[in-house]
Amino acid sequence: MTEKVVLDSEDFSRTLRRIAHEVVEKTGDERIAMVGIHRRGAVIAKRLRELVEELADAPVPLGDLDISFYRDDLTLRSEQPEVHDTHIDFPIDGITVVLVDDVLYTGRTVRAAIDSLFDYGRPQRVQLAVLADRGHRELPFRADYVGKNFPTARSERVNVRIEEIDGTDEVTISEHAEVHT
Amino acid sequence: MRNLLSIDDLTRDDIERILSRAHSFAQVSGREIKKVPTLRGRTVINLFYESSTRTSSSFELAAKRLSADLVNIKSAGSSVDKGESLKDTVQTLSAYDPTAIVIRSPHAGAANLVARWTAASVINAGDGKHEHPTQALLDLYTLRSRRRQIEGTKIWIVGDVLHSRVARSNVLAFTRMGAEVTVCGPPTLIPRDFESLGCDVRYSLDGLEEADVVYALRMQMERMTGSYVPSLREYAARFQIDSRRLAPHQLLMHPGPVNRGVELAAEVIDSPQALIVQQVESGVVVRMAVLYELLAAGNAPSPVPAHTEPQPA
Repeated sequence: MTEKVVLDSEDFSRTLRRIAHEVVEKTGDERIAMVGIHRRGAVIAKRLRELVEELADAPVPLGDLDISFYRDDLTLRSEQPEVHDTHIDFPIDGITVVLVDDVLYTGRTVRAAIDSLFDYGRPQRVQLAVLADRGHRELPFRADYVGKNFPTARSERVNVRIEEIDGTDEVTISEHAEVHT
Repeated sequence: MRNLLSIDDLTRDDIERILSRAHSFAQVSGREIKKVPTLRGRTVINLFYESSTRTSSSFELAAKRLSADLVNIKSAGSSVDKGESLKDTVQTLSAYDPTAIVIRSPHAGAANLVARWTAASVINAGDGKHEHPTQALLDLYTLRSRRRQIEGTKIWIVGDVLHSRVARSNVLAFTRMGAEVTVCGPPTLIPRDFESLGCDVRYSLDGLEEADVVYALRMQMERMTGSYVPSLREYAARFQIDSRRLAPHQLLMHPGPVNRGVELAAEVIDSPQALIVQQVESGVVVRMAVLYELLAAGNAPSPVPAHTEPQPA
């Protein structure tokens, strides 16, 4: 198995800063909140939120979302999914919610996240920010903010590692011998 | 795991996972829309051959909050009244292709039999004097919300152990989580060899003060065929938990419904030490977690096409 680093830790933080700038630019003086998708999306959302708060000089509510109960493949999975708690402790009605995830792939996670979000209220607008877009969409989604596009093969795997969970900030692409089910 | 028939089916890790899921479902229950689409399009059958308020209503709410379709069948008013056997009933209901059958029966072993007759997942919601595993799980969940550690907790289970499926399941569950369990009651109401389950057996309340948790059982008058105690008054005099016997540091639990003035005195039922209402509350989220555990994974019907798997994030 070969693994290639495509974003090192410096690229990583530069990318997050750029996304933060874009968020501020695109949302203007709208009221916004950041909601990260477990697990790594939640950590990335936390960092983005700090950057956006600094740039916009305004508080941005932060939430995180676990989509296990909204998946469409529950019966297809053989292992027990790991379920995290969802924390959205602020009203999302009428505001712009920026969903944050690490990798955008088939789009099924995003579909589940949007479904879940709407059980918490009715946001005025939902946007999507991802660190890496690897293509192969199975649903009609496009991210509003993309850290970097990585054209990949399905047999490849995009690994996002972040300091808080993995001890380092990087994105790598590895070749997976087995087709993973 | 396909069925939940006994606490013995669960490892400590399984129990931990179910409790932590229940915690996630508690958040769902706390929001305005208390429903998730997890079991959309699946059918759950509640088959109750015995009266029940808490268990049947909480299984019903649990299934509905997971978006499953639910059929409630009570023995009264169904074909059971016309003499249909359990086997025939189960086979008939299986024709609806349910994902799960929740069964409550007055006969020990009924759930195990049902599991042999149907392809659905079977959940034992109480089989005679044998087991009531979801009660034990919700008791663990409730206790966990008040005490961080169950490991090392001293729990006394007091009362009619003989007729109690709750006692058996709870001894198994509490000891599996590392608690030290003592069962206590008149000798006539404690089954022989009960200590083989891994608990202590006492025939009087002497020493109750060492308990962190007092778990009182219901006097099951409806299951008593002979005379086990001279009178309820005498039972109460020796075994009733009242404010004199319950120390301020102890928590009080009871599976309900309570016989006020028999196993519990009115003043302790309504005291802040009593977790009885929380036990009922926990019923829904814990049963959601059990349904999720049995139906959401580990039962893949066919090989998975590779492309349906989103990359784990």
